[in-house]
Amino acid sequence: MTQSFRLESGGLINRDKKISFKFNGKNYFGYEGDTLASALIANGVHLIGRSFKYHRPRGFFGAGVDEPYAIVQLYRNGETEPNIKATEQELFEGLEAKSVNCWPSVNFDVGAINNFLKIFLPAGFYYKTFMWPKSFWYKIYEPFIRRAAGLGTASIKHDKERYEHKYEYCDLLITGSGPSGLASAYSAAKNGAKVILAEDKSRFGGTLLTSEVNIGNQSGKEWADSIISELKEMPNVTVKNRSQVFGYYDHNMLVMSERISDHLPKTKKFHPKQRLWYIRAKEVLISSGSIERPIVFGNNDTPGVMLSSAAKEYLKVYGVLVGKKPLVFTNNDSGYETAIEFKKNGIDPIILDTRKEPQSEIIEEAKNMNINIKNSYVVVAAQGYKKVKSADVAKISDNKEELGSIENIECDCICVSGFWTPTIHLASQSGNKTKFNEDIDAFVPGISKQNEKTLGAANGIYTLEETLKDSFEKGNLLSKKITNNENKISFPNVVEKKSTVHDKFWCVPLPKGKNYKRFLDFQNDVAVSDIEIALKEGYRSIEHVKRYTTLGMATDQGKTSNLNGLQLVSKIENKVVPAVGHTTFRPPYSPVSIGAIVGREVGKHSKPTRKSPMHSWHEKNNAVFVDAGVWLRPRYYKRGEENLFEASKREARNVRTNVGVCDVTTLGKIDIKGPDAAELLNRVYTNAWLKLPVGKARYGVMLREDGIVMDDGTTTRISENHYHMTTTTAQAANVLSHLEYYLQLVWPELNVNVVSTTEQWAGAAIAGPKSREVLKKLFPKSDVSNEGLPFMGYMEADLFGVKAKIFRISFSGELAYEVNVESDNGYFMWEKIIEAGEEFGIQPYGTEALSTLRIEMGHVAGSELDGRTIPHDNSLEGLLSKKKDFIGKRSLSRKAFVAEDRQKIVGVVPLDKKTSIPEGSHLVKDSNAPLPNPKLGYISASCWSVEHDNPFSLAILKDGKNMIGKKLFVMSPLKNKVIPVEIVSSHYVDPKGERVRS
Amino acid sequence: MLHIKCPHCGMRSQNEFSYGGDATVKRPELGKEISDQDWDNFVYNRKSLRGKHWELWQHLSGCRQWIKVQRDTATHEIFKTLKANEEIS
Ligand SMILES: [Zn+2]
Repeated sequence: MTQSFRLESGGLINRDKKISFKFNGKNYFGYEGDTLASALIANGVHLIGRSFKYHRPRGFFGAGVDEPYAIVQLYRNGETEPNIKATEQELFEGLEAKSVNCWPSVNFDVGAINNFLKIFLPAGFYYKTFMWPKSFWYKIYEPFIRRAAGLGTASIKHDKERYEHKYEYCDLLITGSGPSGLASAYSAAKNGAKVILAEDKSRFGGTLLTSEVNIGNQSGKEWADSIISELKEMPNVTVKNRSQVFGYYDHNMLVMSERISDHLPKTKKFHPKQRLWYIRAKEVLISSGSIERPIVFGNNDTPGVMLSSAAKEYLKVYGVLVGKKPLVFTNNDSGYETAIEFKKNGIDPIILDTRKEPQSEIIEEAKNMNINIKNSYVVVAAQGYKKVKSADVAKISDNKEELGSIENIECDCICVSGFWTPTIHLASQSGNKTKFNEDIDAFVPGISKQNEKTLGAANGIYTLEETLKDSFEKGNLLSKKITNNENKISFPNVVEKKSTVHDKFWCVPLPKGKNYKRFLDFQNDVAVSDIEIALKEGYRSIEHVKRYTTLGMATDQGKTSNLNGLQLVSKIENKVVPAVGHTTFRPPYSPVSIGAIVGREVGKHSKPTRKSPMHSWHEKNNAVFVDAGVWLRPRYYKRGEENLFEASKREARNVRTNVGVCDVTTLGKIDIKGPDAAELLNRVYTNAWLKLPVGKARYGVMLREDGIVMDDGTTTRISENHYHMTTTTAQAANVLSHLEYYLQLVWPELNVNVVSTTEQWAGAAIAGPKSREVLKKLFPKSDVSNEGLPFMGYMEADLFGVKAKIFRISFSGELAYEVNVESDNGYFMWEKIIEAGEEFGIQPYGTEALSTLRIEMGHVAGSELDGRTIPHDNSLEGLLSKKKDFIGKRSLSRKAFVAEDRQKIVGVVPLDKKTSIPEGSHLVKDSNAPLPNPKLGYISASCWSVEHDNPFSLAILKDGKNMIGKKLFVMSPLKNKVIPVEIVSSHYVDPKGERVRS
Repeated sequence: MLHIKCPHCGMRSQNEFSYGGDATVKRPELGKEISDQDWDNFVYNRKSLRGKHWELWQHLSGCRQWIKVQRDTATHEIFKTLKANEEIS
């Protein structure tokens, strides 16, 4: 295939390297340095998609980030990605792309019927048209909309690419490498400041690549190249292309996405696809330039109608003609520059200028080149369906309201210039209150809120000389302040052609008897008539008009549509534009892939994994692990063909009959030291702590100030001023913060230090009637008899040369001990326990058996202490001291907390003694009561009682203390279960607690 | 992301800190009689102020100290930070 629209020479592409690619199944080729857009235009392809609402044919409108139409589905290295702008996607060998939004094909599009039914799709059509009849929604309207609309398909596969995050600090962050970015970066860098210069495109230089200027006897591009290569050599400068700063957040934090591999056929090994930079900058210089805005006229969305600056860019950067019979429609001098470029390349353009008698150097040049210029002329409507074929043009009166007779001019593209809109997104995101500049008919940044300054065209400065002067100066001033170093640069001689004022004309009136669609928002198909309807229907706030009509709400965020929308609203409302105001600019400036936002925190990398020192033993012994917060804990140890249920029953039963050992390293441990340690415990726990002797442990419950139970655990007095506190695995971090809060802020007079020692100790619970026998073998030199180490006793002992702490505490309800050794000795301890316990039938048990044992014993845990229960609800009221105050005590006398029928923990047994009860089920009185069936309580934890060999659950039940012996129903609509049950005591095993003391 | 100056460690990113509520609330003294209303005010009732506000943050992934931060709730501007034992002026 020949590239019939590619010039013989010219452009910045590498003509030595051909690149083949596929679009909608057809093969084409372009050159290295092309975008998908430039390569397609070179091949004469202008039809790229269908519009969102009316499915009108869509071509190219811009040449970069502002592109509203040319969105494609990209296929790269076995993956697919939606929402790719053809104007941004660089060409690579083997690239494949498809149109979106067209069904069944771009050339024959069923949805285009919407275009002929457009009377039914006015403003707010989402809210109106598909509302009636209601039954049509799911079956007819929604599937139709889903099939016909949308901007591509997201992949449902796991993204195998790697994305990275990077944190960076700098003195100056400069966003954009056009003249203002280069000048400010250069002077700041010369002063020794740490500079990051970010350029969105692959090429540095911005408008210098396309404008006919001269800086210091070099062309714009030569000057840009020399500055960039010098900056790249400086150690204090980071220069990044393909990097877009898309968000300006609080305290000068900006986020930039760097596209590292998107322009390559596939990502290099060990390279990320994209990298997200979090940059904290001392000063920010916004040099994001400006975007040309369109003039609104009939059928202005026809493929072939595009921004004149884009036409120039295709010519000068890519050596591509967007048409061979161009019409340039302009209200300012920029259109002339495009026309001159066409003319230089042997193409005869026609200029329609809305101005009557403009005069400037550029216009003079165009005249001298014999370009056909028609003054006071406008394009009334583009003609042609899939591509512009001609234009209806007319003379326009001086007051811009009356059209002369319509003439038809043959053309294949219409290059539009409605003057320039500063890109103020970042400035506005930073909190800058923007102001309206009458001279340029656009908003510019006003007073800075954060440390940001806006330069050049982004600040409404449209001459090169002024831009460079201002930018050199700002870069110098800001960096000097930071580095205390000044390295003055001599200002280069600048040659540029002078232009004259633009015409504030932006919308061509409709000719009599014609009803052309005149589009404002090209991606969302919002036309002048839609805004008119919205205003007629009473919408006034620009934010409401935006949402009702979807103006500026598409993925291009209204980069080309916002100002014309405002002009229209202000005209109808008879207000000035600044009185209408603009809608809020929000990050991201341009779409960012989800992968980049997530970074490396995917799958197992989303959080750290904590393992106990005995982890490898568990692995070797067929442990099946479960996530307990960030910890990995053995859930059960599989033997043969056992399942979870069978294994946990075996393990629990073995604890009740012989002896078991459980890894309890994950329990939170806090070391508490200081002369006021007892006083702290006395205030934090609900029970009394002042008289606990050295060498004794005590169970305690702590509350939040609102009276809700926060955590429970045992604390042991190691020595006079030294305590060892344990917390539940889940609450360990919160409890430490809680203690620190009271010690640092509320009671700083207490002389106490707290520190987490969770990681320092490995713990093993040895539980069961034979546990003392095991202990005797482990600690032959210590007296571990019932007298030597009584229930809630503590001793330090020698475990074959290793220092160990023995706590006689029990969670299982059996005679039990917890042995702690320093983490490094954890594995050794564990092996010794298994070895010593062998003759007594010791078995390791996991969290499932642990739960079973505590549930049937009626010991509360996280599922009861769930942030909604007070001590009474957990039958812990016996632990509330009447003699002293403690955190949360005052709340316990609140009315609801002392209600007679207050909820309380109970046991639940199914009447058939067979059906297991799903956790989370509700307890009701009458299973047939009409919905909503009044809920009396809920099942907090369920197990298979190994003691009674039937299902048993704990529940938090209204008036629980008076419900023992009553028959209720458990209902689980989720599992579709109704189970008749009996309410029993929560202490289903050993209610008197004799075993732990035996 | 906010940039908070820990009086102990210096400027750090917000993700090292955890928020701890209104710094001007004083816990009633232990053991002292207090009306339901006053207790409710201490436990539950907070003003949702727009503007300058003293609040508590803990430098959780740093020095673990609780600090006092004066921040504008509307603009996120931080004016001042204090150590736990320094009085709000
Ligand atoms: Zn700190």
